[in-house]
Amino acid sequence: MEKLARAHVLVCGGTGCSSSGSKLIIPALKEKLEARSMGSEVKVVETGCHGLCEMGPLVIVYPEGVFYVRVKPEDVDEIVENHLVKGRVVERLLYKEPATLDTVPSYDEISFYRKQKRYALANCGHINPESLEEYIGADGYEGLGKALSMKPEEVVEEIKASGLRGRGGGGFPTGLKWQFTRSAVNDKKYVICNADEGDPGAFMDRSVLEGDPHRVLEGMAICGYAVGSDEGYIYCRAEYPLAIKRLRNAIAQAEETGLLGRDILGSGFNFTIHIKEGAGAFVCGEETALMASIEGRRGMPRPRPPFPANSGLWGKPTNINNVETFANVPSIMRDGASYFASQGTETSKGTKVFALTGKINNTGLAEVPMGITMREIIYDIGGGIPDGKKFKAVQIGGPSGGCLPEQLLDLSIDYESLIKAGAMMGSGGLVVMDETTCMVDVARYFLNFTQDESCGKCTPCREGTKRMLEILNRICEGKGTEEDIPLLESLAKSIKAGSLCALGQTAPNPVLSTLNFFRDEYEAHIKEHRCPAGACTALVGYVITEACRGCGLCKKVCPVDAISGEVKSVHAIDQETCIKCGACQAKCPFKAINKG
Amino acid sequence: MGDKLAEKDFARLDEVLADLGSSKGTLIPVLQKAQDIFGYLPRDVLVHISRKTGVPLSQVFGVVTFYAQFHLEPRGRNIIRSCQGTACHVRGAKGILQEIASCLGLEGDAVTTPDLRFTLETVACIGCCGLAPVLMVNDETHGRLVPDKIKGILDQYK
Amino acid sequence: MAIKSLDDLRKIKEQAKSTTSARHESGTQVIVGMGTCGIAAGARTVMTAILDEIAKRGLQNVSVMQTGCIGMCQKEPLVDIVRPGEARVTYGNVRPEDVPSIISEHLVNGRIVNDLVVAKL
Repeated sequence: MEKLARAHVLVCGGTGCSSSGSKLIIPALKEKLEARSMGSEVKVVETGCHGLCEMGPLVIVYPEGVFYVRVKPEDVDEIVENHLVKGRVVERLLYKEPATLDTVPSYDEISFYRKQKRYALANCGHINPESLEEYIGADGYEGLGKALSMKPEEVVEEIKASGLRGRGGGGFPTGLKWQFTRSAVNDKKYVICNADEGDPGAFMDRSVLEGDPHRVLEGMAICGYAVGSDEGYIYCRAEYPLAIKRLRNAIAQAEETGLLGRDILGSGFNFTIHIKEGAGAFVCGEETALMASIEGRRGMPRPRPPFPANSGLWGKPTNINNVETFANVPSIMRDGASYFASQGTETSKGTKVFALTGKINNTGLAEVPMGITMREIIYDIGGGIPDGKKFKAVQIGGPSGGCLPEQLLDLSIDYESLIKAGAMMGSGGLVVMDETTCMVDVARYFLNFTQDESCGKCTPCREGTKRMLEILNRICEGKGTEEDIPLLESLAKSIKAGSLCALGQTAPNPVLSTLNFFRDEYEAHIKEHRCPAGACTALVGYVITEACRGCGLCKKVCPVDAISGEVKSVHAIDQETCIKCGACQAKCPFKAINKG
Repeated sequence: MGDKLAEKDFARLDEVLADLGSSKGTLIPVLQKAQDIFGYLPRDVLVHISRKTGVPLSQVFGVVTFYAQFHLEPRGRNIIRSCQGTACHVRGAKGILQEIASCLGLEGDAVTTPDLRFTLETVACIGCCGLAPVLMVNDETHGRLVPDKIKGILDQYK
Repeated sequence: MAIKSLDDLRKIKEQAKSTTSARHESGTQVIVGMGTCGIAAGARTVMTAILDEIAKRGLQNVSVMQTGCIGMCQKEPLVDIVRPGEARVTYGNVRPEDVPSIISEHLVNGRIVNDLVVAKL
């Protein structure tokens, strides 16, 4: 039998931590442990993402649950010698709270995790994603077992009772969707998992796929049983190579053990899953475009109805849900609908994973009960805004969403309240912006994205987003006119009303919501040719202040020789020549160069 | 492109076609594999795929030009993907992109260095927002970038 | 490995749970003094013996931890047993051959092995 390991060292192998260097830590640890002949009593496990990517690479030592951050291969010696041999915690590698700078030794005490309720992410970072045994040990496939002992109709009812709604953006009740596909009469039906996570700023699906792939397979199999399908597809972005690798591995394990395939758990139910790699088109996140892409065609949406539940992939009834939605299904089946339904608000049940990014101390993934306030997420979990800057807005819902200003920070977050505030849940990307972020530039950024990703099938989206982008470019360059704001609003209205799919229907949202809350910034650009945040390069100039000591560094770094001045006297920038690259400001050791 | 496409590469492509050709919806996987083999999708390859699969060339071309992943021109040995996602955008991705282009001496619309060492692309989001701004070279992700770090990163790839 | 029924699944789950038990909140703690003095006095062989004994008995819900020197170097190796809700008991001069009785008597049955005790907290 396997020797009992007294300690487990969990090293995060998520994409965030791997790119910070966690890949080098595992071999270093193993080598050191072997050298100390402790190879069999300490187990080294590569896990999925813990969500606190900012602090990666993360290393957690159990049974104590000590949480080490930003670990380098050079630190491995000290962790083994002091912690694993002598039981002394390596203080200097512990996590420090950004607000108080207190060191926090254990996982559960870190404020980033304390307010979270990890449900869909329960296993992420705690099990080895390449081990079926560890998933089963964490109650994996128990939900499927329970579902198979019920009637398919009862499974649909259970999901309906849980109140689970689509986590990919739309928020459509999942149980109802399943029921539609269940009622469609056909000899062949499909289940599709939408893993084409394309919203810039959202990466929860990637984390689930990389950190707990079996959970998604189990959710899909339960769905297949409930709706009467024997075949599933996962449509995953090709930009997620690690997720695809882990999924392939998980599918192979499940097939080998009989958890996928024929006669699953002796129930007579058959289910297989294939992976389709996306080819880089944001619009393929839209369900009809996604199915066109699986069929090998250009991924363009088509009008609905017919809905996929009646006529989907290859014309057959098809149920599509996104990764996070499927990830919630196994535990709903296992623990029953009532536990899930006890979390969250009246209309939005359960938990939601948010991706915290931008100008925030703890970037990463946070899973919280619906109904929590934005302030709790940004300040209590996210640790607030870095460098003492002032919060300006948080963008939620990606290119389809909107910005919430400071006065809405205490809004309780659910599907409905966000729509009312002019934003939307979307996939749950939260990008925090501080006083140095220009809201017009943010709107332009998203329009640039949607305009680029518009598939071109329908005119309002293809032409409309282009015209809106031109206007926004004009405003950012200080060439806007007073008619531009009403023109933007009227274009927005037409695009929302006339576009074929959600991409176009929601594309104007970032503009409308910034116009709603930050109209003064637009007006400053247009009327005063001024960017209040100092972000629009055409509208800022750099000036050298009296703090200049004449060291000449700026002169050297300037790519266009716009700076002149004698050594040890105050230098000056020729505004005509300056290309506003900001290199001088970054280089100045005396902070003598300001944007003005 | 003066280079002759190799016979043996077409033989490998035929294996892929034999392997995938029989089931439905395989055009995109076939094109993905073909691009792995040839590095890009030259006209002759598209014609070959069209003939073997019976999918009209116009349709093959339509699919190739729809998806950002497919390329009609030869590409560098190392592919740099500079992330322009929201989180990267607000943390200075634009400056990183400029720095890469200037390190590589790329001007105007050029994306590939003449020696085919690098191709520079932008990507909407690689889901690594916690480390913004980020870039990927081939399958490796580099995060928490500042312009000064770029040259050192690029020097690692020959 | 083939999983043909819910029973098969549960069997694998039990096995898997015990191999990952170090990662869960555990009821009983065994703490071995592993300062320089403890290691010099043979704490490592004691630790290995403890792990073997726990594995042999298939005990669940037990975590084995190590700690630094607590200043009672002449009594090393020191082993503490903490059962939930009970006093922490420290055993001194523990040899590998003492381990089975400490585990079976104290850890499993709650009877303190008085001969080896140096302190109760």
